[in-house]
Amino acid sequence: MRWLSSATVEHLRRVAEWPDLADTKYRVLEELGRGGMGAVYLADDTVLGRKVALKVVATGVSDPAAAERMLREARIIARLEHPGIVPVHDAGALPDGRVFYAMKRVDGARLDTLAPEMPLAERLRVFQRVCDAVAFAHAHGVIHRDLKPDNVMVGAFGEVLVMDWGIARLLASAADDPSARPPALRGTAAGSVMGTLSYMAPEQAAGESTVAPAADVYALGGILYFLLTGRPPFEGEAAQARALPGGADEPPLPPRRASDGVPPALEALVLRAMAAAPEARYRSAEELSAEVSRYLDGERVLAHRETPLEGARRFFGKYRTAILLVAAYLVVRGAMLFFFRR
Amino acid sequence: MHDDTATPLAAADRFPRTRHSAVLAAQSDDVLERERGLAILIDAYWKPAYKYVRLRHGASNEDAKDLTQGFFTRAIEKDFFGGYDASKGSFRTFVRVCLDRYVANELKAAARAKRSPGAPMLSLDFEGAEGELAREPPDPSRSLDQYFHDEFARSLFGLAVEQLRLECAQRGRDLPYILFERYELERDPDERLTYDSLAEEFAIPATQVTNFLAFARREFRRIVLEKLREITSNDREFREEAKALLGVSA
Repeated sequence: MRWLSSATVEHLRRVAEWPDLADTKYRVLEELGRGGMGAVYLADDTVLGRKVALKVVATGVSDPAAAERMLREARIIARLEHPGIVPVHDAGALPDGRVFYAMKRVDGARLDTLAPEMPLAERLRVFQRVCDAVAFAHAHGVIHRDLKPDNVMVGAFGEVLVMDWGIARLLASAADDPSARPPALRGTAAGSVMGTLSYMAPEQAAGESTVAPAADVYALGGILYFLLTGRPPFEGEAAQARALPGGADEPPLPPRRASDGVPPALEALVLRAMAAAPEARYRSAEELSAEVSRYLDGERVLAHRETPLEGARRFFGKYRTAILLVAAYLVVRGAMLFFFRR
Repeated sequence: MHDDTATPLAAADRFPRTRHSAVLAAQSDDVLERERGLAILIDAYWKPAYKYVRLRHGASNEDAKDLTQGFFTRAIEKDFFGGYDASKGSFRTFVRVCLDRYVANELKAAARAKRSPGAPMLSLDFEGAEGELAREPPDPSRSLDQYFHDEFARSLFGLAVEQLRLECAQRGRDLPYILFERYELERDPDERLTYDSLAEEFAIPATQVTNFLAFARREFRRIVLEKLREITSNDREFREEAKALLGVSA
């Protein structure tokens, strides 16, 4: 019997899962990543001569639900044509029966790995782009339901893409359109909890069937929390406890206690987005994004009641150049008066 | 490419269903069936067991040979595997626990000499296993439990590769195996081997390389899963082992 090195065994583990692309226009090049639902491969589209990312459901162990979810994900993304959402090129079944879809290959890095290297203003601008994509999805009746920094890619040319729409759900109004209806909403039916507990809205963690855009607003607040503190709002046991009845109603540790240097206005913004009651959150991703714009523009953030000192600091920060110019002018003018009078 | 996305689900279930479990066969009252089951299990487990005994119990080469032989011989004679209860864990863990217990007893009683002289000796390539240990020493960062699992995976994949080679030869389709061997088993990580370079090397179209490699991978996966089905006792254990081995979702 042939001896296999550990590296070969490891390679064969992946190879055994590689999609069967015989008689297709795709040629698999390497595995890019793996998740609960399947794996993503870098592949050559030999007809169009371009590289694509091929998402393929894991070898089916009698799990039609996973295949249905994959198809639903492809169909949902296909209806969301937006620069912040990775476009789907193709979908179907491979010769080995596995469901796949081909999407644009994104050259870049995940936000969770990239964020620590970015200055605050850049992190906030990326966050706004995420809000834009999510707002667009909401406008088209789609709720992502698994927003987190790991599901945001920042491309080599600064593009920001919201990924992994595997458990996205259509709002009732959109799902009523028969042409858009996914093959099954059963996979995300009432009572089943899917998503990431660290970022999940309480109503989603409770398995409520009427999850609305507010759940994504909560998760966006969680992403902002991460961008400000470098850690998820809930970790370890605290995250696991959120799966228990009522366990997700607890607010996260305030960002300013989780990390030094978080501006009070941004903390207030996070805590409002992550309010336990959906009606206490921002009404939409746009509203949340607008608050971030206010902060970046040096305006007062609506969620935060600032002290006079904070107001003065903000005013100075916003008009720093003008204030410095006026101050310089006054100093020079004063000096001139002083010398000429002598 | 199939465009029909509405009915791919039935075909998605590619897991073998007809293979009889060797674990159950090894517990059978039928002598022939039991021997068949034991032969399959020994094939898959003797090498991980030998290496594990060398490492876990610090046994010398010769002692590890005797202990491995003794363990499987005793398993045949005393129906060791008949005591396996699927509700208590995987068969792989059961084998390791039995092995630990057997080796501990043997070492304590220094009973190897008492083994009946007429006991049938299994034909196992211990020199080969010893050579493998020398070629790739165990990774100290892995626990012994993980080591046993790693060796089990190596043994299973080794058997699957060998069967793939045999099956391809029997069907008169050597080239898919040769390409598989060249591309997946022998490739130097630094070597820039592509489908196109393989096509040039074997004077065939690149599309044929794609198709042959897809065929070989598909067959390899089928064989691995069939073997896994054989050496697990029930569907649940099979799914768990498949997930641990291939990352396949259950």
